[in-house]
Amino acid sequence: MLDVTNLAVSYGAIAALEGISLRVEAGAIVTLIGGNGAGKTTTLRALSGLLRPTRGRIDFAGQDITGLPPHRIVGRGLCHVPEGRMVFANLTVAENLEMGAYLRRDRAAIAESRDRVFALFPRLGERLAQSAGTLSGGEQQMLAIGRALMSAPKFLMLDEPSLGIAPRLVTTLFEKIVEINRTQGIAILLVEQNAHLALEVASYAYVLETGRVALEGPSRDLRDHPLLKAAYLGG
Amino acid sequence: MAEFLQQTVNGLSLGAIYALIALGYTMVYGVLRFINFAHADVFMAGAFLGYFLARLVPAESFGGGLAVMAGTMVGCALLGILIERLAYRPLRRGPTLNVLITAIGVSLFLEYAGQLGFGAEPRTFPALFPQRDFNLGGLSISSNQLLVIGVAVALLVALQAIVHRTRIGTAMRALSLNPVAAQLMGINTDVVISFTFGLGSALAGAGGILYAMNYPSIDPLMGVMPGLKAFVAAVLGGIGNIRGAALGGLILGLAETFVAGSPWSTYKDAIVFGILIVILLFRPAGLLGKPAVEKV
Repeated sequence: MLDVTNLAVSYGAIAALEGISLRVEAGAIVTLIGGNGAGKTTTLRALSGLLRPTRGRIDFAGQDITGLPPHRIVGRGLCHVPEGRMVFANLTVAENLEMGAYLRRDRAAIAESRDRVFALFPRLGERLAQSAGTLSGGEQQMLAIGRALMSAPKFLMLDEPSLGIAPRLVTTLFEKIVEINRTQGIAILLVEQNAHLALEVASYAYVLETGRVALEGPSRDLRDHPLLKAAYLGG
Repeated sequence: MAEFLQQTVNGLSLGAIYALIALGYTMVYGVLRFINFAHADVFMAGAFLGYFLARLVPAESFGGGLAVMAGTMVGCALLGILIERLAYRPLRRGPTLNVLITAIGVSLFLEYAGQLGFGAEPRTFPALFPQRDFNLGGLSISSNQLLVIGVAVALLVALQAIVHRTRIGTAMRALSLNPVAAQLMGINTDVVISFTFGLGSALAGAGGILYAMNYPSIDPLMGVMPGLKAFVAAVLGGIGNIRGAALGGLILGLAETFVAGSPWSTYKDAIVFGILIVILLFRPAGLLGKPAVEKV
């Protein structure tokens, strides 16, 4: 479904990604792990069109999407939930969800998506008229994911969904992520600092180090990999 | 008492015009975080467009006046969109300071192109609408004043509806709150920015006509002072805040009118700008501005 070949991105003269290749099959959960500055967020930002690659090629659903602007990429069904949630703080929960469906016209289908989001995150349904900025961190993350689902994506990219969320909520959130994948068949590319958790839900993993893929493989193989154990799993 | 009411009506009608101009400053600031100094000259262009369009319709007729107003608003919207497209968009990725300096350049360009094209001598703005003076117990209100207030209120209500009830209005607010997230929603930011310039410029165009109806002498530099005051109004209300801009405009118009009718009338402008300094000392974010307030 997503095929990235030799992708490179630079910030001015500084190379952030030095040619990475990765693949995500339809319906799969794949994780991208690595330390700070490894290039995980940069990868997602390049895939969603926020950053222009200096080199390489991105194919999505059989078509070349390299260099398309973000709104075109969302239109193709690839949706990015950015790090730090980025909900529209002064808009209500309802308006945030409405913005998620910005490119869709079919009202009945939008209403159906909304119901599905409420079934997944009942909290959002209770707080429709509330400003998104007044929600708790966990609720904001639910809103950010719910808002992305409103675009009826085929593919979801989640950047650090566990960041800044109460630890007891993290497990629930990851259960929801798996549920989205299982019940709606949406493929997921998950960027996560918490490598334990990421390897538990993903079937395949890529480990980034300073802009390169240092290691890749099925999650169950990587869980016991000595390099990964030393670096991210605390021995 | 009669004089107080009289000055209030005068002040409201001046303030309504400042409010219309201030909205353009504040909306553009909301989505792009820079002050469009050329906005005052779009206001001037509105007055001139109205001046020429007025030749095409019967004088002093209600329908003709409204047609001129509508035509001017459309023309100014196009002008605003064109300015953004040609002068500001190519600089979007650079530092804001570049755009700010360019805006000053566009402003000077419009002013002096205006002098070149229309001459520097003031022209008399024609009577667009039928005029009548109403006398209510010592209170003299002209139909033009009522029209100014009426049109301004109608436009403010329409703007509020567009910003809060329509898809593109919500997209405008989303863009001003978080441009990155707005793009990730599939919002085409270029379209929303053009729309914002069009909307703000249409209001400035309406403001230009309303101003010229009350002060019927127009020249290519006529936008400078009202533009500056409307900018002050936008800052006073809290830059980026739509209701703040409207409130700031009214306060400024009232303050200016009351001072002008007092023994200190010579210091009219000094006092108006003094108010700005005092308010900014105590409320740096403006009257309705809060650190995380709605920014559009």
